[in-house]
Amino acid sequence: METEFYDKDKLLVLKITSEIDDHNVQEIRRKADYEMERYMPKRVVFDFDSVTFMDSSGIGLVIGRYKFANMIGAKLGVSNLSGSLRRIFDMSGVSKLIPTVELN
Amino acid sequence: MYSNEMRLEFISKSSNEAFARISVAAFASQLDPTIEELADIKTAVSEAVTNSIIHGYDKKQGVVKISAWLKENEIIIEISDKGKGIENVEMAKEPLYTTKPNLERSGMGFTIMESFMDKMEVKSVVGLGTKVTMSKVIKPKTDKDEEEFKMLMTNT
Ligand SMILES: Nc1ncnc2c1ncn2[C@@H]1O[C@H](COP(=O)(O)OP(=O)(O)O)[C@@H](O)[C@H]1O
Ligand SMILES: [Mg+2]
Repeated sequence: METEFYDKDKLLVLKITSEIDDHNVQEIRRKADYEMERYMPKRVVFDFDSVTFMDSSGIGLVIGRYKFANMIGAKLGVSNLSGSLRRIFDMSGVSKLIPTVELN
Repeated sequence: MYSNEMRLEFISKSSNEAFARISVAAFASQLDPTIEELADIKTAVSEAVTNSIIHGYDKKQGVVKISAWLKENEIIIEISDKGKGIENVEMAKEPLYTTKPNLERSGMGFTIMESFMDKMEVKSVVGLGTKVTMSKVIKPKTDKDEEEFKMLMTNT
């Protein structure tokens, strides 16, 4: 995972650079929580641009981080979803809970 | 009847999940699927294999078996374990139903398998294990697709 923090906007971008399955998700979760706690951002965006595979463990990952973000007073968004990631998030209701945002 | 067949067995370690889905995808690629169809197959395999490892065997070690067949334009995939089995399959298949919410499981595994594949069937006996059979027809590519692809290749 690659992390970028924009101090002016208190924006934390977490770019996931591995496949998301039950094996990898624990490490992604751990790092994401660590970075959120460290920067205490106002906005957190998960960037899925480099994610070549995701199964349903991605749903739990994003919902879990959504709860964590709420706890620290931050808003969570997702970005750069490919077709099959989008379908998984639509199907599970994640898309209704967590907005898709543009990263430039 | 079948034009090709494969079998794969591995122990229930989560580090084998990627290996399992990639192997089945490589086998399926003989049917010349689109990238999207291949992603569907990989995702469905990942869901079934993960279920065998985390629900079927829990923390115990066991063997997960995959068999796959090609039949004309169709791939048939069977994933089985000799784990604890499912008491109520109909309930387990319901969207959002999970027996492990504490591990951030979403309960969407069976729903994803059902919608990403054409058919899915679950057979399970408590104490004996679970077998998931799924199939998907890979749509034959038209000449037009091929022409468009060639155009794309020569233009870049
Ligand atoms: N191979 C299996 N062995 C035992 N139980 C299983 C198996 N596959 C699925 N289950 C049961 O079915 C439920 C639903 O599975 P699924 O839709 O993949 O959701 P999740 O894996 O997120 O819990 C699981 O929580 C589990 O109780
Ligand atoms: Mg599952």
